[in-house]
Amino acid sequence: MSLTSPHASPGVTATIPSRRRLRWWPRQRPGWAVIVAAVCLALIVIVAILAPWLAPHDPLEMSPANRLKPPGEAYWLGSDAYGRDLLSRVLYGARVSLIVGIGSALISVVIGLPLGILAGFFRGLDTLIMRVMDGLMAIPSVLLAIAIVSLISANLWTVMAAITIPEIPRVVRLVRSVVLSAREEPYVEAAVSLGSNLFTVMWRHLMPNTLAPLIVMSTYICASAILTEAILSFLGAGIGTETPTWGNIMAEGRTYFLIKPSLIFWPGIMLSICILSINLLGDAARDRLDPRLQKRGATQ
Amino acid sequence: MSDDVIQFGPAPAPVLDIRGLQVATQSSPAKPILKGIDFAIAPGETLCLVGESGSGKSVTSLAVMGLLPKGSLKATGGRIELEGDSLLDVSPTRLRDLRASRMAMIFQEPMTALNPLMRVGEQIEEVLVMHQRGLSAKQRCDRVLEMLDQVQLPDIERVYASWPHQLSGGQRQRIMIAMALILEPKLLIADEPTTALDVTTQKQILKLIKQLQERHGTSVLFITHDMGVVADIADRVCVMRHGEVVETQPIDALLRRPTTDYTRQLLTAVPSLRPRASREVTDREIVLEAIELEKRYGQASRWARLAGKASAQTLAASDINFALTRGRTLGIVGESGSGKSTVARCVMRMIEPTGGGVRVMGKDIASLGRAALKPHRKRIQMVFQDPFRSLNPRLTIGTSLIEGPVNYGTSHEEALARAAELLELVGLPKDALGRYPHQFSGGQRQRIAIARALAMEPDVLVADEAVSALDVSVQAQVLGLLDDIQRRLGVAVLFITHDLSVAAQICDEVMVMQKGVVVEYGPASRVLGAPEHPYTRSLMLAAPGRHWDFSEFRPLDRVFEETPTSNSTTTVYP
Repeated sequence: MSLTSPHASPGVTATIPSRRRLRWWPRQRPGWAVIVAAVCLALIVIVAILAPWLAPHDPLEMSPANRLKPPGEAYWLGSDAYGRDLLSRVLYGARVSLIVGIGSALISVVIGLPLGILAGFFRGLDTLIMRVMDGLMAIPSVLLAIAIVSLISANLWTVMAAITIPEIPRVVRLVRSVVLSAREEPYVEAAVSLGSNLFTVMWRHLMPNTLAPLIVMSTYICASAILTEAILSFLGAGIGTETPTWGNIMAEGRTYFLIKPSLIFWPGIMLSICILSINLLGDAARDRLDPRLQKRGATQ
Repeated sequence: MSDDVIQFGPAPAPVLDIRGLQVATQSSPAKPILKGIDFAIAPGETLCLVGESGSGKSVTSLAVMGLLPKGSLKATGGRIELEGDSLLDVSPTRLRDLRASRMAMIFQEPMTALNPLMRVGEQIEEVLVMHQRGLSAKQRCDRVLEMLDQVQLPDIERVYASWPHQLSGGQRQRIMIAMALILEPKLLIADEPTTALDVTTQKQILKLIKQLQERHGTSVLFITHDMGVVADIADRVCVMRHGEVVETQPIDALLRRPTTDYTRQLLTAVPSLRPRASREVTDREIVLEAIELEKRYGQASRWARLAGKASAQTLAASDINFALTRGRTLGIVGESGSGKSTVARCVMRMIEPTGGGVRVMGKDIASLGRAALKPHRKRIQMVFQDPFRSLNPRLTIGTSLIEGPVNYGTSHEEALARAAELLELVGLPKDALGRYPHQFSGGQRQRIAIARALAMEPDVLVADEAVSALDVSVQAQVLGLLDDIQRRLGVAVLFITHDLSVAAQICDEVMVMQKGVVVEYGPASRVLGAPEHPYTRSLMLAAPGRHWDFSEFRPLDRVFEETPTSNSTTTVYP
């Protein structure tokens, strides 16, 4: 820039670098672990969606003549104590797990995000909301689920509610802390002095700051919801045995563990791979979206 | 002023000798940061390294200390010799010995340079523990106390046992200096050591460095962007730009006869303390008025009062009165904690004043509610200090610029067309509308922030330290832009600054604040030309480089000096 022309100088044009928008996707290729995790998770999602077509048998069809069959042509992974096809049950189990995982993450974000923004923005609401959240946080999800199941019947929704409710406070706290620091930014004050209403200030200027940490957080919520759902099913406090889930397949297989360990092994390995993949992707997202790293990249 | 320090006899061996130093990033492709720089520092000499941001002056100091960030910057060529030791070749152990014992560094930010979990005395003592084995605890303690005395800290026994947070910024910087000089190094590297300090504190610290330098014969490599400081302390000056040394000259020669265009431009951009020629009052309409404005912090809540607790209150600003007429600029000047920003924020209604009134176009807005305030908000707009934080990084420039007008009912298309015009007004191309803030430099962002404020067609522009974060040449451009806009649009400006010379460049009236009260208020020519209040005078006397008219390449012929006989005189210099 020229020093001699202090006012509107046409020479300024040349100094603006022509770069793309903010970069959200990695410049370098992600590590192999991340790629493997992404592929595994993609496969699980495809399997869950296509389960009715992929499964060789009806997962609920009992066949007393074919109890506890070893893996073979008819039953690729063998059959369980009621003669149901283990492979079909495991494939269908992926559906429940993914619905519970994604559903819990979404619901807790949808409820937690506005509450967090409100708590961070209004001092008066802050105390009220946060004390309620502290109370919710004290409830372990397994206990809550058992309580709900003993009151009303266990179905997908009650299980999801039981898992989601204790997760909401974590989202609220995260969002609130981000909002608390972001509201001190001069651009937020600028928006106020430009006459923007409170909704615009919160939604356009504050909310986007919370997205990066929220994406990371929701992957962890998703993974832990899947695990909790499996635990609940295993304990018999989850979704009834008429719907195959990884948890209740393992619960039923437990009795026959010594003679037929594959009843526990296959759903268990699917559960592990699923959670590991989600966590690895969450870590990758955290490294990518870390606000500090991102800031450094943006101001260069 | 420092001609007596350096004698040109048979050239003594330099303390620090840098030859063809190259530093590059370790990314691929490697980007050169320093492109072969040369300079040397003689014993007892002060060499100032001057340059704007990105010139590589700090990288130079880090390279000397061997503190280049690992994995991102690397010295790729040249030599750095400290009294014969080649710093780029010595072992890490040897380098660690050399640091502190032969060379030491003080940093810009005294607030974060000390370990908050250690008493300051112990922190200084740690240097002795590491580098001077065989001293008894008693000897070490005595040595530290002696050093604290040398850096002129009061009540040294108490300071020895205090925690960093109990000390002021100036005191912490003294601790840093004590720590740096306790082993009597041959070379002291000072990287913008006074930039974060108020001018009066800055003056004391600069004086202290000078005294200690004379006492110990230390050479000083002083890095700064402030030509005023350079004029006050340098023996020789090395001007850097884009990783290259542009010019190295003794201070007097550099200020009087710069040989390169860049140095000349740099000097021309330095604002001088001489107030601008007063402008005629063309319009007497008062656009902004503060009447007995007051802001208290820590007002006791009803509960505390019921509980009978004493209210611990701070008066951030009290009894502030001023009137700003159309097309004029009022400067509020003061050091940190003077309440100048509080006034600006009260006027903007970013914070609630606790007393008094703020009239915008004759209407008192001090106690209006949110809805009632909205029509008046657009009358008064703000430009913030930090251009890197005042624009939402996730919105395009266009979206930021039209946000205000759209809030007040302008149609989207109309607002965009207006935004494009405004961008041209502030000297940016139209196609900047679709870009994001990170694609612009600090000066360009400040132009965008000004355009955003102007989009509201305000009557008053509040500029809170709006040029403090900018390089001096960019600062001159933005000041020029503000002046230009004021002439074209007739907007009044409330200009908050800590820098008297910036105030002198742009303000018609100046209000000096200290500890929340106005100590002096009047036309700039009078307040800055013949200040009456002792505080204003002390500010004037502490302003760095006040003897020089940089843009004219000569000393100022009339400089305000404190004279023992009379109270308000201007004396002739020299």
